[in-house]
Amino acid sequence: MNIASPARPEFAYDDPMKILVIEDDREAADYLQKALSEAGHTVHLAGDGDTGYTLADTGNYDVMVVDRMLPRRDGLSVIAGLRSRGNTTPVLILSALGEVDDRVTGLRAGGDDYLTKPYAFSELLARIEVLCRRANSKDAETLYRVGDLELDRLSHTVRRAGREIVLQPREFKLLEYLMRHAAQVVTRTMLLENVWDYHFDPQTNVIDVHVSRLRSKIEKGFDSPILHTVRGAGYMLKAG
Amino acid sequence: MRLPASLKTTAARLSALYLLLFGICAVGLVFYMTALSVRMLTSQTQDTINEEAVGLANAYQRGGLPLLVRTIERRSRQPGANLYLIADPNGRILSGNVESLEPGVLDVEGWTGRPFSYQRYGDSSVERRARAAAEMETPQVESELRHAAIALVLRLPNRMIVLVGRDLGEPERFRVVVRRSLVAALGVMALGGLLIWFFVGRHALRRIDSVSEASRRIMGGDLTGRLPVSGAGDEFDRLSENLNTMLARIADLNEGLKQVSDNIAHDLKTPLTRLRNRAEAALGKRDGADYREALEATIAESDQLIRTFNAILMISRLEAGYSAEQTAKVDLTEVVRGVAELYEPVAEEMGVALVADIPDGIAVDGNRELIAQSVSNVVDNAIKYSAGANAAPKVVVGLERRLGEVELRVTDNGPGIPDAEDRKRATERFVRLEQSRSQPGSGLGLSLAKAVMKFHGGKLELEPREPGLSVVMGFPRKEDAQ
Repeated sequence: MNIASPARPEFAYDDPMKILVIEDDREAADYLQKALSEAGHTVHLAGDGDTGYTLADTGNYDVMVVDRMLPRRDGLSVIAGLRSRGNTTPVLILSALGEVDDRVTGLRAGGDDYLTKPYAFSELLARIEVLCRRANSKDAETLYRVGDLELDRLSHTVRRAGREIVLQPREFKLLEYLMRHAAQVVTRTMLLENVWDYHFDPQTNVIDVHVSRLRSKIEKGFDSPILHTVRGAGYMLKAG
Repeated sequence: MRLPASLKTTAARLSALYLLLFGICAVGLVFYMTALSVRMLTSQTQDTINEEAVGLANAYQRGGLPLLVRTIERRSRQPGANLYLIADPNGRILSGNVESLEPGVLDVEGWTGRPFSYQRYGDSSVERRARAAAEMETPQVESELRHAAIALVLRLPNRMIVLVGRDLGEPERFRVVVRRSLVAALGVMALGGLLIWFFVGRHALRRIDSVSEASRRIMGGDLTGRLPVSGAGDEFDRLSENLNTMLARIADLNEGLKQVSDNIAHDLKTPLTRLRNRAEAALGKRDGADYREALEATIAESDQLIRTFNAILMISRLEAGYSAEQTAKVDLTEVVRGVAELYEPVAEEMGVALVADIPDGIAVDGNRELIAQSVSNVVDNAIKYSAGANAAPKVVVGLERRLGEVELRVTDNGPGIPDAEDRKRATERFVRLEQSRSQPGSGLGLSLAKAVMKFHGGKLELEPREPGLSVVMGFPRKEDAQ
């Protein structure tokens, strides 16, 4: 059994990514490398902004994890530099700063997602997988299909096994997000950010209740579960 | 070179500066006055000489040379400062009261340009010594005096030379007196300056030293100490009073900080201890599933700690006047409806009826994220506490425009907080009233909401209900959403 990545025992990622981690804290970087490698990904490390920039510029990475405070060149400047050279590799910013403003500046500098330290590894993994997939995103698709579950984004209808399911607007958005990231782990925080557009941590697990409501609507009366709970991480929509 | 401390004071520097300035002014003034007076005396002297010359000219016209010589001889015998001389064309002195004079004086007709020296008849060495003895203090001045004079040199038609002059003793003496009094005055001024420096400087020094001394004590840790105020109401008192106000403010902040750190120590130590105990207990277990359970509990506990930390950080930043960069128009209607919708399933699950009565189009200026978070904290609290209601648990969220403000009211029918003091304390950091100790939470929810409201220039108040509690959040009213 794999102890280093306790969050992902049930689902092995079958599409390995090439990841660049720019992080000056040696221990944190080593931990990330180990955990991400065990999840099946290839990881390169850079200990400062300059090295990171050079690696990112030359290597062809699927996704980058960039700490904000780096020696020699700070994370935001690395990202801005890459973006100005036309590099569109998705970037997850890591930061010990955690105010709303910090997040906004990070995203404005060209970051794609923002995670505050200390973070859960499961959260980081889920986010970089989503980021990596965003490159070949399903934005253009109007019909999402997972197993026998269908969601029509134009007519706002949901069917499972041909039977129409009536959802509240928010439930529809929730399912839409889950289906867009089908077969990927989606954390509670990701749902709160993307479905509700809130970036704070509610004291009660409000998301769980919303998900279980949705689950009862799309699973009750059907043969197989489709919305799975990933222990210690979040949820995953997956057929079979 | 190092100056002694007493010379390094401001008072010493000021005294020296004033002394210098006054000295320069006094010297300038005296020189000006002296020059003026001397010029006046000189012109008087010249007038006298002119009059004499006119008198001699009359004598010459009336009686020719003999009368002139007689007149000169007569006048020469009279005491006074006037000088008379008649000489032949070669400059040999024929008559008058001048025994000898500087060579060359008689060569030029008209006024002698500068004072010249001369020797007078009857001005015997005995008399000179006697006068010198009488004026012992200024013997050299006396010797100068003896000779100096100005004169008018005239030539008669027969080329004889007539000199009418006047001794400059008077103006010179005046000049000497003025110079002497100037020196005396400067001396007195220097003495005065020293005295002023001594008294003013020492007085100011003493006041400043007492302020320094008090500050040293306060820096030493005695924050209750205050600077001395003499009661004179002068600059020193005003300075001390202002510094004292500042000290009081610092003491308040310090007290607050101390209280907060005590609370932090308590509220973080407790979960840390739990965390440690749990890890230790897990070590004694054999089974993999037990390990897993223990680790999951550890992670959950850590997450709660992180949450507490984040809340503390956010409150401090808000109270420190958080950069309001992200302030914009916030659709309060949307935010409150969103939060109500977010919590509705939770409320239903807990058997609480969540009723939201939100009118359209109410907007405020602020940070959407912060407002959403504080509304969510308040609603979260209300749902938790109303669950313990005797009657059917119910939470009502209301939003309305009032005079000058927008009021958001979250009312539950739970046990409430009957005691007014407790209601006040409930929004302080880490305060969890006894009856709520059993509820999960960091005790920071309401404090954070209050900090957010203060940051927005609004307020957060608790009002008792029968039964229950209303949390009233007042936003300063801005233009309404379109």
